[in-house]
Amino acid sequence: MVQNTKSKGKRSKKPTYTKETYLEWYEMMLRIRRFEERTLMMYGQQKIRGFCHVYIGQEAIAAGMISAIRPADAVVTAYRQHGIGLARGINANEAMAELYGKATGVVRGKGGSMHFFSREKRFFGGNGIVGAQIPIGTGIAFAEKYKGTDNICVTMFGDGAARQGALFEAFNMAMTWTLPVLYICENNGYAMGTSVDRTSNVTDIYKIGSAFDMPSEAVDGMSPESVHEALERASEHVRSGKGPYFLEIKTYRYKGHSVSDPAKYRTKDELEEYKGMDPVKTTEKKIIDGKIATAEEIKAIKDKIKVEIDEAIKFAESSPYPDPADLFDNNYVQKDYPFLQ
Amino acid sequence: MSEEMRRDENVFLMGEEVAEYNGAYKVSKGMLDEFGAKRVIDTPISELGFAGIGVGAAMNGLRPIVEFMTWNFAVLAFDQIVNNAAKTNSQSAGEFFCPIVFRGPSGSAGQLAQQHSQTFESWMANVPGLKVVSCIDPYDSKGLIKAAIRDNDPVCMMEAEVMYGHTGEVPEEEYLVPIGKAAVRREGTDVTLVSFNKLMIPLQQAADELAKENISAEVIDLRTIRPLDHETLIRSVQKTNRIIVVDESWPFAGVSAEIAYVIQKHAFDYLDAPVIRLNAADTSLPYAPTLVEAYLPNVEQIVKAAKEVMYVK
Repeated sequence: MVQNTKSKGKRSKKPTYTKETYLEWYEMMLRIRRFEERTLMMYGQQKIRGFCHVYIGQEAIAAGMISAIRPADAVVTAYRQHGIGLARGINANEAMAELYGKATGVVRGKGGSMHFFSREKRFFGGNGIVGAQIPIGTGIAFAEKYKGTDNICVTMFGDGAARQGALFEAFNMAMTWTLPVLYICENNGYAMGTSVDRTSNVTDIYKIGSAFDMPSEAVDGMSPESVHEALERASEHVRSGKGPYFLEIKTYRYKGHSVSDPAKYRTKDELEEYKGMDPVKTTEKKIIDGKIATAEEIKAIKDKIKVEIDEAIKFAESSPYPDPADLFDNNYVQKDYPFLQ
Repeated sequence: MSEEMRRDENVFLMGEEVAEYNGAYKVSKGMLDEFGAKRVIDTPISELGFAGIGVGAAMNGLRPIVEFMTWNFAVLAFDQIVNNAAKTNSQSAGEFFCPIVFRGPSGSAGQLAQQHSQTFESWMANVPGLKVVSCIDPYDSKGLIKAAIRDNDPVCMMEAEVMYGHTGEVPEEEYLVPIGKAAVRREGTDVTLVSFNKLMIPLQQAADELAKENISAEVIDLRTIRPLDHETLIRSVQKTNRIIVVDESWPFAGVSAEIAYVIQKHAFDYLDAPVIRLNAADTSLPYAPTLVEAYLPNVEQIVKAAKEVMYVK
């Protein structure tokens, strides 16, 4: 039943990264963790509404990914996207204001929890339809190849989306046309409430890639080192013009599918097992035990993040809602589109 | 399409059989030879997948033309058209937009039976974020596709299988036909006849028949379904005081229903008779020739309806 315990994916073999890298990972993971904790709190206070899916437990993927790719690379993901958006460089103020539906949000209150976008940060969303971003990411990569750049598109999705027909169509065309796309399945074990082994007899999702002769592997998603290392290898392959690569990153979400999900479909033991591998705690311990940085340096990061998230809440609280007249903006590029009244 | 591809390197064509086969209906004949496989791209039979690849490419700076062999197959791609192309601009608050053309034939084309005979204008026109053009006039088709390719919003272009052999004057020179403007094909004073796509043919024939009986019909070709050109319709009804809408959409919430609403709302005081609509039958379209004939509005019905609103026998 607990498919993730069968195979944790590849662990990092590289012994060390630089102090800067460790601290960067730690800071990003802590930022996401604290941001999401406050998101849940504010959702409870009904300051944040709508569908809301938090990233707690999966932070190592966002952190390890960002250090392995370039700012010019494109990233597109699904609706559990706050962590990826933050890691991509959207700041906590804009992100929290978006969750509040405020005019100062990253997409001015138009997208909410499922739809962050930033042209500047090359972040293509935030997609609310399970698996729909898989062909879109493939098309983003198509455009990069068409324009002759060496950018890649990191196209992320969950284990649920791995069962969508869109994936099979996109994988097929990406391989046929040798597109620069790096597919990442964040396998957190559950498609909403349905465990991976109840959705297919193929529970090692990375094996789907073999149907297309796509290089594919499983990766341990609870450690930023493993994620970074796998992405570095995979992105080099993709960037060099060899075509797509598929990583199944095994992870776990501590919370329910969305804020309204009590997650009764899994056991407490299972949750505790994963909490024992918590990427924020294990990275902190590694930094201290390995004397990579001092306790004071860790505390300084914690203080900085606390201030940053407090500030984000204040910013969101004090920002205005969008003007109702903005309803008609951004439906068309055409400025004088004659809407029916 | 070729003119626009010569003009802008970011324009490309993808779809089933568009390249080596020269198009399922030969629409893209010669384009592979001229532009090469990078820009004229045969896809596998994966409508959802290649429509989504088009959306991603459009978000990332290209101007794709995505051909569906028929809009009936585009149903497989509605997620990408409706949930993504139409919503990219709104959900990203303008960070990204989606300049893409989805095109292919819509409507019945003889005895093709239930799954290959549907009309999609009203489906797509229901969706904010999309524009919908539908026209079989050769001159206008060239100007409209060029305008659609240059448009920064997603455009659904509706064609007709049975009209690909339709001929007419098409100048070599550069011109655009604006999206959102109807064309008055024939001026008249007694009754307005309005339609789009291939039912313009029986509409014109009905106007000829009516002329023989001294009834002067004004004939309007909508050309664009969304946004609908209210002004041309209202101005015509102000003159003729009568309107008949001929529409291959099914009647429920179809294009004709929208026009009937617009006319009663904005030209109520000018109407001398109820708005009449002639739609495809409210059924799936079966195979047998007698049933196909019974399904579609025809010249006789249009003439009869015109006389009805004129109160002549």
